[in-house]
Amino acid sequence: MSTAPSMTASTMTEPTEFAFDAESDALIAKVLARYPESRKASGTIPLLDIAQRQMKRTTGSAWVPRVAMDVIANRLEIAPIRVYEVATFYLMFNTKPVGTWHLQVCTTTPCWLRGSDEVTAACRKFTGIKGWGETSEDGQFTMTEVECVGACVNAPVLQVNDDFYEDLDAERTVALLEALQRGAPPPAGSTTGRQTSAPEGGPMTLLELPVPPGSGE
Amino acid sequence: MAKVTIDGIEVEVPNGSNVLQACEAAGKEVPRFCYHERLSVAGNCRMCLVEIEKAPPKPFASCAYPVADGMVVHTDSPMVRAARRGVMEFLLINHPLDCPICDQGGECDLQDQAMGYGSDHSRYEENKRAVNDKDLGPLVKTVMTRCIHCTRCIRFITEVAGVPDLGATARGENMEVGTYVEKALGSELSGNIIDLCPVGALTSKPYAFVARPWELTKTDSIDVLDAVGTNIRVDARGPEVLRILPRLNEDVNEEWLGDKSRFALDGLKRRRLDRPWLRENGKLRPASWEEAFGAIARRMHGVAGAKIGAIAGDLCDAESMLALKDLMGALGSANLDCRQDGAKLDIGRRDFYCFNSSIAGIEEADAILLIGTNPRREAPVLNARIRKRFLMGGLQVGVIGAPVDLTYKVARLGEGPQAIAALGQGGEGFAGVLAAAKKPMIILGQAALARADGAAVLAAAWQLAVSVGALASDWHGFNVLHHAAARVGGLDLGFVPGPGGRDVAAMLDGSMEVLWLLGADEIEAARIPASTFVVYQGHHGDRGAARADVILPGAAYTEKNGTYVNTEGRVQRGFMAVFPPGEARPDWKILRAFSEVIGKTLPYDDLEALRARLAQVNPVFSRVGFLPRFGCSDHTGPRGDAGAVGAAAFGEAIGNYYQTDPISRASATMAACTQEIASPALLAQPRAAAE
Repeated sequence: MSTAPSMTASTMTEPTEFAFDAESDALIAKVLARYPESRKASGTIPLLDIAQRQMKRTTGSAWVPRVAMDVIANRLEIAPIRVYEVATFYLMFNTKPVGTWHLQVCTTTPCWLRGSDEVTAACRKFTGIKGWGETSEDGQFTMTEVECVGACVNAPVLQVNDDFYEDLDAERTVALLEALQRGAPPPAGSTTGRQTSAPEGGPMTLLELPVPPGSGE
Repeated sequence: MAKVTIDGIEVEVPNGSNVLQACEAAGKEVPRFCYHERLSVAGNCRMCLVEIEKAPPKPFASCAYPVADGMVVHTDSPMVRAARRGVMEFLLINHPLDCPICDQGGECDLQDQAMGYGSDHSRYEENKRAVNDKDLGPLVKTVMTRCIHCTRCIRFITEVAGVPDLGATARGENMEVGTYVEKALGSELSGNIIDLCPVGALTSKPYAFVARPWELTKTDSIDVLDAVGTNIRVDARGPEVLRILPRLNEDVNEEWLGDKSRFALDGLKRRRLDRPWLRENGKLRPASWEEAFGAIARRMHGVAGAKIGAIAGDLCDAESMLALKDLMGALGSANLDCRQDGAKLDIGRRDFYCFNSSIAGIEEADAILLIGTNPRREAPVLNARIRKRFLMGGLQVGVIGAPVDLTYKVARLGEGPQAIAALGQGGEGFAGVLAAAKKPMIILGQAALARADGAAVLAAAWQLAVSVGALASDWHGFNVLHHAAARVGGLDLGFVPGPGGRDVAAMLDGSMEVLWLLGADEIEAARIPASTFVVYQGHHGDRGAARADVILPGAAYTEKNGTYVNTEGRVQRGFMAVFPPGEARPDWKILRAFSEVIGKTLPYDDLEALRARLAQVNPVFSRVGFLPRFGCSDHTGPRGDAGAVGAAAFGEAIGNYYQTDPISRASATMAACTQEIASPALLAQPRAAAE
């Protein structure tokens, strides 16, 4: 691996080589076992994910360099351009280095109605990032605008790396970012403490045991 | 068959056809951008919408909708027209209004169809999207903002060319067609994406801003830069050939054209011989025709026929070769040869040196053995046909020769001629495949013949064809693949050493007093000793002219009416598109004029008489365009001794695809290709993926 783990996203450049490590290789073996030999191109998406996670593990930045895509193409015996197409199609794959904490702000209508502008503004102010897709100067944060991540009930949502932080407002966003900066990410889920997507303040329906049918009432 | 009614016209089309094909069968034109009959169906431009009765009330993309029996289709209903207008409005949202400076102008599908379905204004008020142009190498110019994402280029490069370099990256508004990693397209057929592009996104780089289509005179011709005999159209303005495009010929090139044949045309304007030259005191000086003819006549005077020789080059038309042969005959010389590379071809029978299965016949083959040939470089269009057959499934290809990437999967069976005999013994692996095949093809390249044991290799390959059953009454599976356009024509004329005559190698060693080179530039002309008087007749100042004592300026293939015989043995005619430059003249006329100077006047005064003589020498010349296919019932092989094959590995007949002849060597475009695409580093590493 030509990039040292200490490099930050802003200074990281395209590595000259990439090889899957033993941990990734074990995962790849599992993935490829799912598909017949002649259809192993189906492994493109899982292998891209494995490569991105390996980059996170080894360099601290979750992204897929071009050389990694070439390695995948070689492994799956497909043309490299087929891997480039898939990697650039899905926004979950980062083709450029990202910060330690990848802030993916959902700005689709439900989140926007519930205050995603506030979350965005808080992120910008805290990290100093001006535009979407940029990385903070210290290499800690990258901000990306994402479409609906499917957690509208707990809007607004901020996805950090793999985890969802929900029910945010400006204040709680800053608190979250401070914790991330300290390297102590709080538990994922609602930041107001509500249980999953249950109503705020506890259950509102089905408060009593239902009467069984045929009991005479 | 399914009965379909299109706008009230009932047609029958095969089951599995799509609605668009049914509409074409009914003579109804359906506009389209992404659909192309030789590519897979993408169905993404939505321009071919039609209305289908008793189906859900919505417009259907006819290219991607299969026909059903009893289907009633409307191609011009109000709903269809409104739908197509909508599609056109969407397509034009991001398409720039730069038609006046766009090279596609005048032959642009989008422009044409916007006349039918476009609106005079746009309701779109936002900014149009802009896309960075891609660098696809020295041949294809890109203006990616014009791209409408039909993906024809991607499908062509992936499916037909088999060099998957192009793709669509990112998505939606951000989707871009390109290579992602900046690199030149590595295919020898890349120029075809220019023809396929329905808009001005991909245009010809050398032709950029040169001419408008309506300024050009279009002349049908035959390509001579390889031996496929690709049908071409030469577009010229005044004295200049400006571009070359393929013509449709299902039996030869379908609608494709190799990059060298398409782009080497700038070589027609450089290093041209436009006046006679005469060597005096070791230096060439301009001369008049009289002086040049006089000098040759004086030198020839009193020289015995056996001391005069003639070599025909790779780009010659049959007419000029026949004129030269007749002239040599009149002079009493049997020293003739058209095989500059010394290929040990046997002219005992026509099927010993032709591509007998025919190019269209490749689609019937179920096993192909390539011996000492790299069809991707020697005949890229023919190679695309093998790939087409390969993609249909059920074709196995074996290769004896250098390891190269042919764009389809092959079995490597060895690098030298010993492997041929091994296959004949049957057994496992490819030998079994060949023996079991119903229509096996054996394709022999020039690299297998242009060597000391060439005749033995030819005989061994024939023997193998006999033993695997490739020679049947309805199938001739023995094929010789040429890469010189003049070769089969020359062999048909018998332009080979007569009784006691000398071949190319023997003519170069100083035994000749006068040597007539008709466009012969692929021999080591510098090796010819000073005692030999060399007449070079041709169109380019190349190797032959450099050694010549007299230069007679001839016409290139775009400048004369000529007959060419392709590797299949198909006789085809090209027409004159422009006049030869300066004092240059069509080659047969030069020979005819010279024959008069020495008092041995050739017996034809015009092209018709000369062509009548052609047909007299070999009746195949009277059968223009049409190629009958024969089986093979006489299994007697060529003269060589099949047991005498050597051990040396086969070389490559063509090292650099882009520079193989005087025209492409004079072309700046081809020089740029050599540098960017065929650089030695690239040639040395065949892609692993296609193994």
